[in-house]
Amino acid sequence: MNNTISAVDSKVSCYHCGNDCKDEDIKEDEKHFCCSGCFTVYDILKDNNLCGYYDLNTNAGISLKSKNFKGKFNYLAEKNIEAELLSFHDEHIAKVILNVPSIHCSSCVWLLENFPKILKGVISARLNFVKKELALDFDPNLVSLKEIVELMTTLGYEPQINLESTGKPKVIDYETRRLLFKIGVTGFCAGNIMMMSFPEYFNLDLANQLDATYQKFFLYFNFILALPVFFYGASDYLKGAYYSIVENSKGNSKILSVDIPIALGISALFLRSTFQTLVLQTAGYWDSMAGLVLFLLVGKWVQKVTFNYLSFDRSFKSYFPLAVKVKNESLQYKNVNDLAKGDIFIIHHQELIPTDAVLLNGNALIDYSFVTGEAKPIKKLKGETVFAGGRQVAEQIELLVQKPVSTSYLTQLWNNESFLKEKKIPTTELANAFSKYFTYLTISIAILVGIYWKFNDPSLIWPSVTAVLMVACPCALTLSLPFTMNATMSIFGKNRFFVKNQGVIQQLSEIDTIVFDKTGTLTEANKGEVRWVGDLNKQDERLVYTVVSQSVHPLSKLVASHLSQNSPLEINYIFEVKGQGIEAIVAGISVKVGRLDFVNGQANDAQDSEVHVSIADDYKGFFTIEPRFRPNWKVLLANFKKTFELALLSGDNNKMQDFLKPIFGLNMRFNQTPQDKLDYIKELQSEGNKVLMIGDGLNDAGALRESKIGIALTEDVQAFSPSCDAILDANKFENLAEYVGFSKTALNIVKLSFLLSVVYNIIGVGWAASGNLSPVLAAIFMPLSTLSVVFFAVGLTWLMAHIRKLI
Amino acid sequence: MEVIIILVILAILIAGSFLVAFFWATKDGQFDDTFSPSVRILIDNERDENKKH
Repeated sequence: MNNTISAVDSKVSCYHCGNDCKDEDIKEDEKHFCCSGCFTVYDILKDNNLCGYYDLNTNAGISLKSKNFKGKFNYLAEKNIEAELLSFHDEHIAKVILNVPSIHCSSCVWLLENFPKILKGVISARLNFVKKELALDFDPNLVSLKEIVELMTTLGYEPQINLESTGKPKVIDYETRRLLFKIGVTGFCAGNIMMMSFPEYFNLDLANQLDATYQKFFLYFNFILALPVFFYGASDYLKGAYYSIVENSKGNSKILSVDIPIALGISALFLRSTFQTLVLQTAGYWDSMAGLVLFLLVGKWVQKVTFNYLSFDRSFKSYFPLAVKVKNESLQYKNVNDLAKGDIFIIHHQELIPTDAVLLNGNALIDYSFVTGEAKPIKKLKGETVFAGGRQVAEQIELLVQKPVSTSYLTQLWNNESFLKEKKIPTTELANAFSKYFTYLTISIAILVGIYWKFNDPSLIWPSVTAVLMVACPCALTLSLPFTMNATMSIFGKNRFFVKNQGVIQQLSEIDTIVFDKTGTLTEANKGEVRWVGDLNKQDERLVYTVVSQSVHPLSKLVASHLSQNSPLEINYIFEVKGQGIEAIVAGISVKVGRLDFVNGQANDAQDSEVHVSIADDYKGFFTIEPRFRPNWKVLLANFKKTFELALLSGDNNKMQDFLKPIFGLNMRFNQTPQDKLDYIKELQSEGNKVLMIGDGLNDAGALRESKIGIALTEDVQAFSPSCDAILDANKFENLAEYVGFSKTALNIVKLSFLLSVVYNIIGVGWAASGNLSPVLAAIFMPLSTLSVVFFAVGLTWLMAHIRKLI
Repeated sequence: MEVIIILVILAILIAGSFLVAFFWATKDGQFDDTFSPSVRILIDNERDENKKH
């Protein structure tokens, strides 16, 4: 192999993850690493002779900067917790399926499937890339699940383990498999029927003994092949039509399913062809029928194609931890579902509180931003109730369980009726709307044609009536919708906007009201604009920078990046009180940074989004961190305002009210609980509005569910997002208006292709009514009309996407 | 010349065996994950460190 070395970059990038080695540069074997984490992975791989990892893709690794998981997986050492995750175990073998969201390239497959070489005791490893699942078999005598998970995390492949993880094997999608079987059988039969139909089309000479033998043979051969197509391949349409007719005759439903005209067409084809084969002994329309059913089934399959590596139906369970440390008689881990009133449990720094509890011990500073939308952490005192879903940002605390998880204040939301019933997303509504007129129209034309021929040439009654029903089959009509939507879905996918299914695109084109969440949606999560209030000279700035650059607290990090043009000084002493602040002696001067009560020594109700500073015991002022709005958010909202009603729902306080008033007017609500949000959406929709809700956190889960379309905004599409209809990458937030606009274009394309197929039908029915539709003509006309409509719709969709610069 | 009839039946039987193979593959879950096998085939069993380019 001939590797040419490209021009040497001025910056050094990490051999493992490809990041810039800016802060740290570890050199080994003439390779550079950006952090000790990346170096460790390289070292492990080298020891195990697995450096082929880097040959498959350069810089394949996952950045391990600032990853600290020590003790995070201790709960897996508990035998009963481990057993819950295993799908099978006996004395010699244990099986587990782990969900690994960070899998992204072929190197990942290579490394993870070579896992048995790295860790003794792992028997086999098999990866499903599409579902991002790793199936492991291991010997429980040699290695434990905890060791496996810890090594995977070290390598950058942290498995996702949460309250939803169980050892139960995943359900296989039998419905899709059945459809594949049907496509297989129908495709097989259709291909063979087409081949066997050719001799007849090329005018066999029936006076010739030999030709006559062949003609008979092909006739019955096609008939036999057509039986599975009709009775197996088309069974869904026949059943669907039957149920729709039954429901209509009972008066339960007024919608005529699109299955009815389809079944009518297929049945007409089958009966007419059977009659021709068995009675007249001339070629039937078998190839038209088989081709039609095959197209329909392929359309059905296309409709099912989704982003199956994304999860749209997550509840609070995938956000909650699997186990917490419980301190009853002894210290041990307990499954969160089994927590009972009276249990005392321990929560560490950055861990999540799984249920409503009373604070017994320690300093609680709880970040509820994901749950309530409240931007700043809340301080809790001993004896106060702490609600589930918050994240502890100060040090370790002890809590007393008040309620089991399923009945806690937060999880009650999921008992709301909107979560109990399946969200109805119509996939065939548009086609059904058409089919109503279509069915009646087809039947009336057929009857009129029959009456006409009765008086003119009775021998043509049946040929013309069946031909009308055959040709009028709305095949192109039913296919243009799934194919157009499929193209739209993949165009959206390329733009990091992932919709749950095709029905969502249709719904999206119908909305008239858009409701936004504030924290994390309009503003960026964990990011803020830093502003200094007070007096600070250059030397002081250096002192403060030196101190805050030592801390991993989010506020410290923000301040540090704000002051990053400074260079650090020598530190004599530094101590961080978690959730309070940092005290330090830098270059001989004492510096205190943190909450006002920490810096100033006096208690007060200071803002938590402020970082106060004192230097040499002299109070200097504070940094205030204001939420930063997403880039171009004003442009986006101004765009939306032209056509949609806008509203804002925030779990946060109303500090921003005046600022946001020009955009939202009076449609703003603050201090909203998750339930309030849900109720507001319900109220809007009961007034007849079609609501699009955009949110990011658990606090929006109810509103996302209740609204017609719920879009979850997320920084990382693989990470947790609440149950929703679509997931939007936060970086693409500003393009949302274009996506909504394009969904309308897609719907118009579908309607246009409906029109085209109607034109085809008029031509076809004209032919059919004259009684001149021969099998060969049908065999050419029917597939050609279907294919041209599908190509028209798909091509136009991509063309429009290209014009609008979406691809 | 009935041989063509025999040939057609034979051909259909052979094609039918592929249909059965398709059923088998679907049941076995071959179409559940269409990416990883394409990578798996590239993985060498043992690598020689000296062979590095």
